[in-house]
Amino acid sequence: MKRSTRDKIIDILLLAMAILPFVAAMVLKILTKPAAEGITVTGAQIFFTIPMPLMDLTITESQVNSLAVIISLLGLCLYFTRGLTVVPGSKRQIIAEFIVEKATSFVTGNMGERFANFAPFVAAIMGLSAFSSLSSLLGLYPPTSDINIVAGWAILVFILITYYKLKGGLWNYLKGFGDPIPFFAPFNVISEVATPISMAFRHYGNVLSGVVISTLIAAALQGLSNMLLGWLPGFLGDIPFLQVGLPAVLSLYFDLFSGCLQAFIFAMLTMLYISNGFPEEAYEQRQKAKREKALHHA
Amino acid sequence: MLELAIGIILGCCALGAGCAMIAGIGPGIGEGNAVAKACEAIGRQPECKGSVTTTMLMGCAVAETTGLYALVIAILLIFVAPNSLVGILLRSIQ
Repeated sequence: MKRSTRDKIIDILLLAMAILPFVAAMVLKILTKPAAEGITVTGAQIFFTIPMPLMDLTITESQVNSLAVIISLLGLCLYFTRGLTVVPGSKRQIIAEFIVEKATSFVTGNMGERFANFAPFVAAIMGLSAFSSLSSLLGLYPPTSDINIVAGWAILVFILITYYKLKGGLWNYLKGFGDPIPFFAPFNVISEVATPISMAFRHYGNVLSGVVISTLIAAALQGLSNMLLGWLPGFLGDIPFLQVGLPAVLSLYFDLFSGCLQAFIFAMLTMLYISNGFPEEAYEQRQKAKREKALHHA
Repeated sequence: MLELAIGIILGCCALGAGCAMIAGIGPGIGEGNAVAKACEAIGRQPECKGSVTTTMLMGCAVAETTGLYALVIAILLIFVAPNSLVGILLRSIQ
């Protein structure tokens, strides 16, 4: 099968869609951020604010970067799923099938067959989280080190958990708070509310701690190399030679390992909370009662 | 007098951040225990290495949460609290 020029052009455009957002974000960062002196650990930079009636809407670095990640992921997905055939003909279809199969077996293994259609959601959250954390490898501000982004995901997951808990009926949901004795109701409410908070803080704290520690070590190495190698003549004395190497090793742990691990854990906790909160017996009983009622009417 | 007040605020914020990070001891011990038990389990049954590792990473991440709460509080105390507290002080003087 020969591919036409049009196909090739679309492929190149999709690949550009996957890469260009990151380049644009990097250029934006270089243009707007002044060169930092010493240690600066700041939150996301605010690009501009839109005046709104209740509260000013701020467009921050993390929003722009997460949009870049979303567009890039969309481009990658479109690229991998283009020109699918029944018998896998191209390399990328094999890769795409591998990813989809892994995601489906991961979700059904952890949540059961009933939640098999959760695979796209879980894979999307995992990919988004992993790519957001990994964007710090390009020198971008990782969107996941901003609590607002991660809290948004956690609230989304919390809504899903509550929706699936309510499938067993409202009374069943409320009765769950008085478990094991009604005296525990306040504590159960607190632990219910703590779910999204702990999910958000876990992810954000892990990524942020990596950013803070990398910044501190880079600044310390710069100071050390100024002290030790400052006697070198001319501009050689200004180059922080000690900054070569060690930050990369730290970035291997904090960005690659920690970022991927947190994405995995966020997806895992999403699945566990949703499938554990689902009241199977009450749901089956309700379905049975509904069926009997329908039969009775008919 | 104002300098002394601002100095007390800054110093106490830094001390509080340091005290908050004592919480790092707990997750350290907990994760150490988890990894030690996981190593034992893998040593006893090498064939279930994959699932043991996955469960261990999961448990480590959950155990880490308390430490991360402390980290968030320490970061707030260092980067956010001094500004707002000094602002409150200056406003109360005027």
